[in-house]
Amino acid sequence: MRIPCPLCGLRDRREFYYYGSDDYLHRPGEGAAPEAWDAYLHLRDNPAGVTRDLWYHETGCTSWLVVTRNTVTHEILGAELVAGEGQGKPAPKGRRKAS
Amino acid sequence: MRYSGLKVFTEGLFGNKGWTPAWRDPQPKAEYDVIIIGGGGHGLSTAYYLAKNHGITNVAVLEKGYLGSGNIGRNTTIVRANYFLQGNSEFYSHSLKLWEGLESELNYNVMHSQRGLINLFHSDGQRDAFARRGNMMLSQGDDAILLDREGVREHLPYLDFEQTRFPIYGGLYHPRGGSARHDAVAWGYARGADRRGVDLIQNCEVTGIDIENGVVKGVQTTRGAIRAKKVGIVVAGRSGQVAAMAGMRLPIESHILQAFVSEGLKPVIDHVISFGMGHFYISQSDKGGLVFGGDLDFYASYAARGNLPMVEHVMEAGMTLMPMIGRAKVLRSWGGIMDMSPDGSPIIDKTHVDGLFIDCGWNYGGFKAVPASGWCMAHLMATGQPHEVARRFRLDRFATGHLLDEEGTGSQHNLH
Ligand SMILES: Cc1cc2nc3c(=O)[nH]c(=O)nc-3n(C[C@H](O)[C@H](O)[C@H](O)COP(=O)(O)OP(=O)(O)OC[C@H]3O[C@@H](n4cnc5c(N)ncnc54)[C@H](O)[C@@H]3O)c2cc1C
Ligand SMILES: [Zn+2]
Repeated sequence: MRIPCPLCGLRDRREFYYYGSDDYLHRPGEGAAPEAWDAYLHLRDNPAGVTRDLWYHETGCTSWLVVTRNTVTHEILGAELVAGEGQGKPAPKGRRKAS
Repeated sequence: MRYSGLKVFTEGLFGNKGWTPAWRDPQPKAEYDVIIIGGGGHGLSTAYYLAKNHGITNVAVLEKGYLGSGNIGRNTTIVRANYFLQGNSEFYSHSLKLWEGLESELNYNVMHSQRGLINLFHSDGQRDAFARRGNMMLSQGDDAILLDREGVREHLPYLDFEQTRFPIYGGLYHPRGGSARHDAVAWGYARGADRRGVDLIQNCEVTGIDIENGVVKGVQTTRGAIRAKKVGIVVAGRSGQVAAMAGMRLPIESHILQAFVSEGLKPVIDHVISFGMGHFYISQSDKGGLVFGGDLDFYASYAARGNLPMVEHVMEAGMTLMPMIGRAKVLRSWGGIMDMSPDGSPIIDKTHVDGLFIDCGWNYGGFKAVPASGWCMAHLMATGQPHEVARRFRLDRFATGHLLDEEGTGSQHNLH
């Protein structure tokens, strides 16, 4: 499995640390209800199919990436830099399609 | 038909013509008292104990493939009761006791072999942690012996004790730990459940869960709709998808775990050995194959196969620990889909839907749990109350903070 880092190009999976689903990008704002924190930290769509998750290019440029990939085939569909996404930004609509 | 040595002998004399199928192949009925979704180890043992312990026999197990096609037929079969945390330790202790009587209980040879499990340690700090774990095991009523380096050498003379990266300081020996034949456990429970009247329905995928006014009414399947008063979701790696049919998001992320088996060799490894620091464990099957594995591939996956970096890592760890295996040829490797919970411990609980129950979150340790999980899930579904030894396996514990983080690594799916 290779991941196309926008800064470093196509790199071996071993250079990256996997963190988890891109739910982690949507940190609840200050004063959010406990349910929102539970959803953020623990609850997952866990799709069999296309998913977006966070990878850290640990032994490369040390950027955080959002990788779009297929959990059934291991096909990597793309990778973007996380930089630019902000705290409390709402999740884009209609992105969570499980197959 | 009761199996026995005499039966094997007489069948052998008469050309083995008297054997009959171990279970029926029934058509689904229109309605059941209880439907169990998933014919893996946990689903089958739940059905068995519903019938055996609670007299509930109007039960169907719906399996999308064939019985035993999931993780129950893919694991590396370690059976142990060496947990540390209260909440886990009494559950696995109960499970090991059920294992110890399982063959006579089921009249089925599951090849349970208590050959002893040795967990190696490699530093003073790890020794202290293992001594503490051993004491917890003893106080739970199970067995544990702390071995020093020479003690380990007596059992496992072939290890490389002087390796520079992780020199072996000793091991925690759990004599009642061991292994069993994985698919025989599924078959044994299947046959036992079938004999008590449970319908085992294969090639029947659940595609929807019918809920009216917050009460479960039945399921939609590839073989038609089936009504039920109670439904249990027991689908391991597929828990996320099936729970979504009831509008639930679970604290579960599915990951891939690989395993390997070598060509058949003469007996060389008598125990189950776990080399935690190297992420490697190994035992030898009764057929002679070395059965070994390591860590998760560490990314969410539903492909029942892994990638090469973990293959390389496992081989390296094996060579570090016991260079003698270097000339054995690897015969096969495969992967299974693991239902990883954030704290590494399971869930056996009710859901927000009346009559709908869930048993999941087994991570990579659900084989040893098959008897107790079925026992406790059946208890919960029959009585509406959690069984005493599984009362902490709550679905809401992540929200409330009552975690069961056995490894103390934090509440995150990829850390266990
Ligand atoms: C490589 C590997 C090594 C392991 N090693 C060990 C070990 O040494 N010790 C240990 O204790 N544990 C181990 N495990 C973990 C253990 O195998 C699992 O935790 C356990 O088998 C999971 O429970 P199960 O048997 O019920 O799962 P499964 O056998 O996966 O059963 C779930 C069933 O549900 C069915 N299903 C899914 N969706 C649907 C649907 N929509 N409709 C109908 N049916 C459906 C599936 O087809 C499947 O048969 C290992 C796992 C793997 C993969
Ligand atoms: Zn990079």
